[in-house]
Amino acid sequence: MSDEYEHKIEAKSDYVSDASSVSTPDIDAVPESELPDQDLYHSHSWWTTYVFSQDAKYIGIQYALTAIGTGLLGLVLSWIMRIQLAFPGLGWLEPAAYYQFVTMHGMIMVIYLLTALFLGGFGNLLIPLMCGSRDMAFPYVNMLSYWAFVVAVLVLLASFFVPGGPTGAGWTLYPPQAITAGTPGSDMGIILMLISLILFVAGFTMGGLNYIITVLQLRARGMTLMRLPLTIWGIFTATVLAMLAFPALLVGCLMMTLDSLIGTSFFMPAMVSLGEKLSYDGGSPILFQHLFWFFGHPEVYIVALPAFGIVSDLLSVHARKTIFGYRMMVWAIVGIGALSFFVWAHHMYVSGMNPWFGFFFATTTLIIAVPTAIKVYNWILTLWKGNIQLSLPMLFSLAFIVTFLNGGLTGLFLGNVTVDVPLSDTYFVVAHFHMVMGIAPILVVFGAIYHWYPLITGRMMDETLGKIHFWITFVGSYAIYFPMHYQGFVGVPRRYFEIYDSPYIETSTLLLNQFITIAALIVGAAQLVFLYNLITSVRLGKKAEKNPWKANSLEWQTPQMPPEHGNWGKETPKVYRWAYDFSVPGAKEDYIPQNQPPSEIIGAKVEKT
Amino acid sequence: MSKAKNIFGLLAEKPWEKGQIESDNKHEGQTLSLSKYKVGLRTIMAVSIVLFSLFIVAYSDRMLVSDWKNMPEPWLLWLNTGILILSSIVFYLTENYSKKDLYERTKNGLYFIGFLAYAFLIGQLIVWYQLMSTGYYATTNVANAFFYLFTTLHGLHLIGGIYFWGKTTAKFLKKNNDKKDINHQIEICGTYWHFLLAVWIVLFGLMLSS
Repeated sequence: MSDEYEHKIEAKSDYVSDASSVSTPDIDAVPESELPDQDLYHSHSWWTTYVFSQDAKYIGIQYALTAIGTGLLGLVLSWIMRIQLAFPGLGWLEPAAYYQFVTMHGMIMVIYLLTALFLGGFGNLLIPLMCGSRDMAFPYVNMLSYWAFVVAVLVLLASFFVPGGPTGAGWTLYPPQAITAGTPGSDMGIILMLISLILFVAGFTMGGLNYIITVLQLRARGMTLMRLPLTIWGIFTATVLAMLAFPALLVGCLMMTLDSLIGTSFFMPAMVSLGEKLSYDGGSPILFQHLFWFFGHPEVYIVALPAFGIVSDLLSVHARKTIFGYRMMVWAIVGIGALSFFVWAHHMYVSGMNPWFGFFFATTTLIIAVPTAIKVYNWILTLWKGNIQLSLPMLFSLAFIVTFLNGGLTGLFLGNVTVDVPLSDTYFVVAHFHMVMGIAPILVVFGAIYHWYPLITGRMMDETLGKIHFWITFVGSYAIYFPMHYQGFVGVPRRYFEIYDSPYIETSTLLLNQFITIAALIVGAAQLVFLYNLITSVRLGKKAEKNPWKANSLEWQTPQMPPEHGNWGKETPKVYRWAYDFSVPGAKEDYIPQNQPPSEIIGAKVEKT
Repeated sequence: MSKAKNIFGLLAEKPWEKGQIESDNKHEGQTLSLSKYKVGLRTIMAVSIVLFSLFIVAYSDRMLVSDWKNMPEPWLLWLNTGILILSSIVFYLTENYSKKDLYERTKNGLYFIGFLAYAFLIGQLIVWYQLMSTGYYATTNVANAFFYLFTTLHGLHLIGGIYFWGKTTAKFLKKNNDKKDINHQIEICGTYWHFLLAVWIVLFGLMLSS
């Protein structure tokens, strides 16, 4: 029970007998900051306010809307693929189109939806607000980052309209097939994809620079790193990962672009295509796989770590309880981030690698389960004896824990070489990664949107529609992905546009495929309910009171809600504690905001964790 | 408390303990006592180092394949390297001049740096021209392709540097500029110049030694 407040009462009890006294008591006193206030860019016109905005909040919303818009395209692609798989007789897709849809669906969902939404969207919206700064460190660069992302998306979409269509090489874009005749989109499509990725990396680096420096250097007075909400820890660590991992993608993309455009042989071996010997010689396709997965595996955690952080905060706020083991949570985030650079080759067990190499990566892969398990335990212990409010963010967070656990457990199997080899390239893998990095982060995204919507618009989203959306999405995604595990076990290969009457495929597979497709269509339709809710609540939603969830973190403590340009009015907040003082015995309210001075909460007994 | 702590010490802080609360409340909200521009530059340099390291890994891996044919090193590359070293030295001197407030010398230094940077880029283009006219195209052998790729990327980094050099010089020439601000900016540009020299020496050394 080491406790600042108790101690202070003993020392100053005569002085602060009246907590509401007007003069600031001594115990709140903090010496004046020696750092100057941040310079702010003030927009002058409609264009610079809403379009080429340099305000991180607007950029965050722009990022989020662009990412969600692109994600909807990814969703529609998956519907069409599912219809093709369940009802091949309808002939919706040619084989080439099926590959193109698989590729674009994967790339859009992983990079242009999840990465952009978590880091670009939530990062921009929450970093300045939660750290107590007025804006990002370099607002102009931040704006450039968003517009580079827009151009990247446009280039990606343009590839649908070029001769040959978009690339159909799978989202991993493995050479040599990605740029060899016979693969859909091997001329223009792949080039546009590579250019789009290069633009995305360039744009992201500009944004990431801002996120890192703002978190490190521009926090409010009293906001130490170990007082930051876990959301910021998650986004910050993910940004560091992205800054170190995206160069690998950039290197791979640049060299493949040269292979394709001017005919160098970085990745292209000597080969015969359509009866003719190609001019390539000696290139190493495995080199690309290493580069790609050196980016690709950290990418999983670039998506997962912000989700971990956000879900920790949602659980704590909506269970009215201190997050269990805050320091352990921070260490787990940092540890997972560091380990994520040493596991990449577990995506390449079937590439013909040395067995000892595979053994090494299987070991590191299993080690990473330790910090991840710590996080799951801590979430559950946070809920234990909590005052759980079954609000929408809480429902989604609970669904996240279950789903993440589920996907994580199948990951333990796939991490072992001997188990992975027979399951490789089956629907088991598809089910695993959709559970762990598709559904789980998306559930957090929904929870986070329901949670922070009032902060952005000043209105609440509709609860009933939200519950309909939640239950269909939650139950529906299990209806989609559970059967896929079974399909994987019986050996149904992925990336086949039609199974035909293959004798080695169980007949029940087709039936299951139809079941999955119907579930997928229903889940997809439920997202329309969410969109309707999202759009109409801007005008029709119930007006939100200030700090509607009674949260402690700084983003809810702005003078106005939604926060205005510059966030904090005249003075930036002073921080006196971390963001997790919920249900403190003796306090008037069941929460103590981070910037509430100690004199106002005399008598509260803060417990340590 | 605004000084950077050892990262492990920082992660071991117990934000709920009395002593920690008292010192935390006085925290300035800044982790490193550096300007945001300096932290920005270091971040960019870190990302660049990762980028070039990955290229070097790819280079070393690809080198092992039997079709690798080493490329000749034109003598002009040594001259270009010399130009780059000279420009780094001049930048070092200019940083000192600007700190000592020697207007004329700083100005000349900045101009000379700009001249050297352009001279280096033109020199690299001439090397390209020489190599291509003797038949060393990017498609001829992958070693050549790596050479063109490395020089292009290094050149692009330098062009980025020239953009900021231009901004700094323009600011310096303005009548009523903030002295401290200008010194800071020159220092940051200088660090980047030394960094690019280091990158070039590593890349050039790699290509020489193989």
